[in-house]
Amino acid sequence: MTFAAATAASMAARAATTVAAGQHGFLSPTGVEIAFLLVGLLTFGAAVVTVTTKQLVHAALWLVVALGGLAVEYLLLTAEFIAWVQVLIYVGSVVVLLLFGLMLTKAPIGRSPDADSGNRWAALTVAVASAGALVWVVVDAFRTTWVDLGGAPAGSTEVTGASLFQNWVLPFEALSVLLLAALVGAIVLSRKAKADTAAGGTKATAPRVPGSRDGEQDKEGVR
Amino acid sequence: MHLAYPAVLAALLFCTGLYGVLARRNAILVLMSVELMLNAVNLNLVAFDVWLSRAARDTLHSGQALTLFTIAIAAAEIGIGLAIVLAVYRNRGTSDIDKLRDTAEGHGPDDPDAPAAEKAEATA
Repeated sequence: MTFAAATAASMAARAATTVAAGQHGFLSPTGVEIAFLLVGLLTFGAAVVTVTTKQLVHAALWLVVALGGLAVEYLLLTAEFIAWVQVLIYVGSVVVLLLFGLMLTKAPIGRSPDADSGNRWAALTVAVASAGALVWVVVDAFRTTWVDLGGAPAGSTEVTGASLFQNWVLPFEALSVLLLAALVGAIVLSRKAKADTAAGGTKATAPRVPGSRDGEQDKEGVR
Repeated sequence: MHLAYPAVLAALLFCTGLYGVLARRNAILVLMSVELMLNAVNLNLVAFDVWLSRAARDTLHSGQALTLFTIAIAAAEIGIGLAIVLAVYRNRGTSDIDKLRDTAEGHGPDDPDAPAAEKAEATA
């Protein structure tokens, strides 16, 4: 009884969505869809170049193109605030951090022949198989779903701020604590071991194994 | 807009990042691929939030809030990850994840660094 009712309801809902999306075929795309498709092709191409190029710095620069393309996709989906946060945080700081990391680890400028490991064919198999499965499932599930992009933007700064500070205040504050912890952790991890012995030698040797890190440092220095 | 467009793009980007994580050898390139995977998830979250805010009259905007949280956590992750990579590079002189085999089981004698490093860790 309930199953029959649920089935009837789902059938009705599916019919409704089909009718709603029936007037929008894939063969007559709207302007927003064409723009989304073109920017999506650019983004996907930049992502593929990012994971396949042999020049390490070029990989970081193509990552900028991929992340910027994603920001444009957010704008096309009327999520303005997310788009600008994406530009500020990803393009502005994360890529700069990655470039600093590449330079501090003395990454070779130019082509490095060992950028890919030996299991790249297995990786390609896994990636293509999962891409095929995911695209098949996603297309089958959302073939008839239509997103209405008209009207007021769904992600303007006002709307996002209101929902963030009305409904999501507690996770937001917890996230600020997490960012503080990550900052302190990054400082502790990247501090030099010499400063570790000088500053923390008097008070921090008791809880840890005596001289574990310092001895290793000395041996590494000798080697 | 059909929801299939952003969903398919997100799936393709995720699989590109998956290939990068599995195939790359430099640890920083692996971190870049992780960023690609996180961005694919963000695109999915934004697209479904826009859809639900119109179709289901959802006023909570959970997708966009979760996207902001994901971006913040990704920023924290990249900071910590780069600090770890730099510490490894300072200790071992390489950021090649294929050579960091100290905790691997049964690494062969082809790597002359590994026994010395193990001994150093054992005696220290």
